[in-house]
Amino acid sequence: MKRHLISAADLTRDDAVLILDTAEEMARVADRPIKKLPTLRGRTVVNLFFEDSTRTRISFEAAAKRLSADVINFSAKGSSVSKGESLKDTALTLEAMGADAVVIRHHDSGAPHRLATSGWIGGSVVNAGDGTHEHPTQALLDAFTMRRRLGEGVGSDLSGRRITVVGDILHSRVARSNVHLLTTLGAEVTLVAPPTLVPIGVQQWPCEVSYDLDAVLAKSDAVMMLRVQRERMNAAFFPTEREYARRYGLDGERMARMPEHAIVMHPGPMNRGMEITAEVADSPRCTAVEQVTNGVSIRMAVLYLLLGGNEPALTAGTGTSTRTEESK
Amino acid sequence: MSKILIRGANVLGGEPQDVLIDGETIAAVGTGLSADGARVIEAAGQVLLPGLVDLHTHLREPGREDSETVLTGTKAAAVGGYTAVHAMANTFPVADTAGVVEQVWRLGRESGYCDVQPVGAVTVGLEGRQLAELGAMHDSAAGVRVFSDDGKCVDDAVIMRRALEYVKAFDGVVAQHAQEPRLTEGAQMNEGVVSAELGLGGWPAVAEESIIARDVLLAAHVGSRVHICHLSTAGSVELVRWAKSKGWDVTAEVTPHHLLLTDELVRSYNPVYKVNPPLRTEADVLALREALADGTIDCVATDHAPHPHEDKDCEWGAAAMGMVGLETALSVVQHTMVDSGLLDWAGVADRMSFRPAHIGRLEGHGRPIAAGEPANLTLVDSAYRGVVDPAGFASRSRNTPYEGRELPGRVTHTFLRGRTTVVDGILA
Repeated sequence: MKRHLISAADLTRDDAVLILDTAEEMARVADRPIKKLPTLRGRTVVNLFFEDSTRTRISFEAAAKRLSADVINFSAKGSSVSKGESLKDTALTLEAMGADAVVIRHHDSGAPHRLATSGWIGGSVVNAGDGTHEHPTQALLDAFTMRRRLGEGVGSDLSGRRITVVGDILHSRVARSNVHLLTTLGAEVTLVAPPTLVPIGVQQWPCEVSYDLDAVLAKSDAVMMLRVQRERMNAAFFPTEREYARRYGLDGERMARMPEHAIVMHPGPMNRGMEITAEVADSPRCTAVEQVTNGVSIRMAVLYLLLGGNEPALTAGTGTSTRTEESK
Repeated sequence: MSKILIRGANVLGGEPQDVLIDGETIAAVGTGLSADGARVIEAAGQVLLPGLVDLHTHLREPGREDSETVLTGTKAAAVGGYTAVHAMANTFPVADTAGVVEQVWRLGRESGYCDVQPVGAVTVGLEGRQLAELGAMHDSAAGVRVFSDDGKCVDDAVIMRRALEYVKAFDGVVAQHAQEPRLTEGAQMNEGVVSAELGLGGWPAVAEESIIARDVLLAAHVGSRVHICHLSTAGSVELVRWAKSKGWDVTAEVTPHHLLLTDELVRSYNPVYKVNPPLRTEADVLALREALADGTIDCVATDHAPHPHEDKDCEWGAAAMGMVGLETALSVVQHTMVDSGLLDWAGVADRMSFRPAHIGRLEGHGRPIAAGEPANLTLVDSAYRGVVDPAGFASRSRNTPYEGRELPGRVTHTFLRGRTTVVDGILA
């Protein structure tokens, strides 16, 4: 794996499978009475959040702490950034404090790429969501959830699986990362949205695009509903919330038309009544809560692989022996 | 003033000739001219062009002297082979009164490196609502003929119509920055395959083209002339070609960077490639080159836009738009147009001197290289190849997209009314 995780497109199939497999090992730690590994003891992970995001930040925080890393949370609000400090000076400050990894969430697309390539810092950079560009750990946790729920074992990918992503593709970093990662893992991706919320240039993406949700539901192994921000309505992307919900929302009736094994996913936070009804959100087929749990395992795996090198994640031998058991 | 003999230069790229400068004017052009009493510049193998004229330069003074001043900007111009530049109006305060344009004009006279012709704002404060005192700016010592809200589009159709009509009284021209504002809210780069992938706000070609379509129709309707700044799309070329075919008085410019660079470069998220209008696709670049070659696009204009280091040493979204261009323009034009066989040196003289001077109604510039003409000249070593190093720029800013790139050609001498402003590639 590379030194940074900026884009899901940077991951090869083997990289991605390694992360998913490592996350399986990490998930086991969560089942222990003491949910902690000494792996990153003495290493410093900075959560650099320029955008409000409670769930992603605490997920990274939990992941780093379970690996025994020291965690520094830096949020733009009330910090030097709100006094006009530049990204560069913030980065130089963190570098001076000895950050081994910087987990960055930023409102500008490309900010993590810039941080990783500008020479401002020497540590690893993990993209925790940049503008409308990418959110690679979200895609990884989604893939992890799919692999588990669709009954694929450790070491496998998502070959032949059909995944439908529904909603605001244009502004979604989750969609972009998922298109890259899921196709790398062998899945067939279909994006569904009103034409106003599909980017110009999407025809170059390795996926299908449909404007008709009903037409693709029956052949989907997983349907991922994206959050649609209510302010999009004011920019005339669609006429009303109700019309959006009627045409692109997932309700019980539509869910019933999905194959029996198919799951419903949502990266959260959900707009109940908008893209997803309460009936669907609360059904056992919806993996939203499970995705949050899996997020911690995935982020542990990413931090471990970026910072921990090649030593086994679990205490000597455990990792390997678990894997052997699994492959029996 | 002394005499200078430029010996054996390829005048407009043609046969070697001698050019004798006496004082501020060209005294003779021919072969075997006497060097008696003259300083001799051996120019064998070099190309002699009329002094270059830029219709689109941001000198930043008054207000942003941290990025450029009239003095540093005109030094950069001289190094690039320019003898006249048009200073855009988006300064602080805006050049929307006779007072400000006269200040810029006077600073230009004091600098002595090249002539500075101020451009006046079309509307007060570039806000697009109320016409600035265009007549007063024209009647001032600065003698403004070109008006532009550049950086902003005159998007109100009625204001644009009135401006086009009004400047007819003194043979003025409105230079439009064609950018439909609603279609470009939050726009960060060309809208297309690359923007979709990078998740950067898209800047559709239609935002430029729809304004150009409207403005050529308006110009035709009121019988005025209109100039389109920095064309960047193949569709814009088609519209200008169509307007010209109707016989309408429409002119257009293209920047060197739109002749060479594409939006693929934005994949680096390096803000040095952030510019307005944005870098477009390969197909656009090729259409622009072809249009410059066939004359649909009248001239090359640099849109030299200096910015301080910190405004580019940051994330893409926070960065300023613009690139410096005066010191690399001729090299980029040689690379994209001459070395590719699309344009000869006489064509370069036309697109970078004769036509821009004519559009700006600028006297004493863009003249033929002939006896009796003002000695505004540029001598170019076209065989030279060098790597662009911004550390050596005369401009106060370094925001060039060509750093580390090898480009052909070098201006060895620039003559402003017979006086050398650049000698052997170094500011005099």
